[in-house]
Amino acid sequence: MGIRSFFGRRKSREIAKDRLKILLISDRVNCSPEMMEMIKTDIAKVISKYMKIDTESMEIQIAKTDARGRDKTPILYANIPILDLHKNAN
Amino acid sequence: MSEVIVVTSGKGGVGKTTTSANIGTGLAAMGKRVVMIDTDIGLRNLDVVMGLENRIVYNLVDVVEGKCRIKQALIRDKRHPSLYLMPSAQTKDKSAVSPAQMVEMIGQLREQFDYIILDCPAGIEQGFRNAIAGADRALVVTTPEVSAIRDADRIIGLLEASDFSRIDLIINRLRYDMVRRGDMMSAADVVDILAISLIGIVPDDENVVVATNQGEPLVGNNTLAGKAYQNICYRITGKEIPFLEFEKGVSFWTRVSGIFHKN
Repeated sequence: MGIRSFFGRRKSREIAKDRLKILLISDRVNCSPEMMEMIKTDIAKVISKYMKIDTESMEIQIAKTDARGRDKTPILYANIPILDLHKNAN
Repeated sequence: MSEVIVVTSGKGGVGKTTTSANIGTGLAAMGKRVVMIDTDIGLRNLDVVMGLENRIVYNLVDVVEGKCRIKQALIRDKRHPSLYLMPSAQTKDKSAVSPAQMVEMIGQLREQFDYIILDCPAGIEQGFRNAIAGADRALVVTTPEVSAIRDADRIIGLLEASDFSRIDLIINRLRYDMVRRGDMMSAADVVDILAISLIGIVPDDENVVVATNQGEPLVGNNTLAGKAYQNICYRITGKEIPFLEFEKGVSFWTRVSGIFHKN
């Protein structure tokens, strides 16, 4: 934040590009935010059977390994912070 | 052999009709036999952009409904004897024509013309379906704005799902001063996002407004947009034309066009 404001505001060209890249990924796989939320809830439910996770700060998104690859298979990324790995041991 | 090219964009107001008019005129100026078809039923505009609005007798819907022969609906351009316009109907709606009827009519026109240019309406509904039904290749027009690019991406997806031999991108209304300032996506940015081959970059040029006011396409004249459209016409016919000097920076552009012209 400090460095960025020191060098001036982020160029709107970059903002537009970044926004579009994320937007088009969800457009292309035709996956609504509601459906993403449902997937997230279901994943949390399954993982929670085995370990304690931070459902508040977990994130999931669909991305492509190569931003240019229209033909690349989309990948579902899940970032799930684990609070306790050995939930079942206790 | 004739080629049927649909000019499409998804979003309205990005320059489909202007592009159609200039490409049709440019190809005709090169001696090709060209017919432009306005497929925007209910909201026709290609006639005014071409300055031919006073000559309309019959239209596309009349042809499809069998009220006249194809020849009766074709308007010959005032400047180029090998250029014709098939106007759209202003009082009907999109459902007046079906994709099958379009395919049939285009099939008949193929015998008489080298290029058939279809000016597509905005949107992805029936008007779009009609326009792409008989086309071999597509020119997707976008401006360097998030909304236009998003819609272009959707259109490209739909075109890829249909049977198109070629889909090329035209970036319209680029402002180099804004790109240099970092306040507009560059042509390279847009190509990077949409990942299809680039066939032309048309700079934002107030002469386009003047030309539209006068009903005379500016392709080929000594304006930035006129030269850009001329180059697009050459590229459509298969000539390798480097991107213009003003499409800064030059060395970078040559690279971009090299990468994205492979398919």
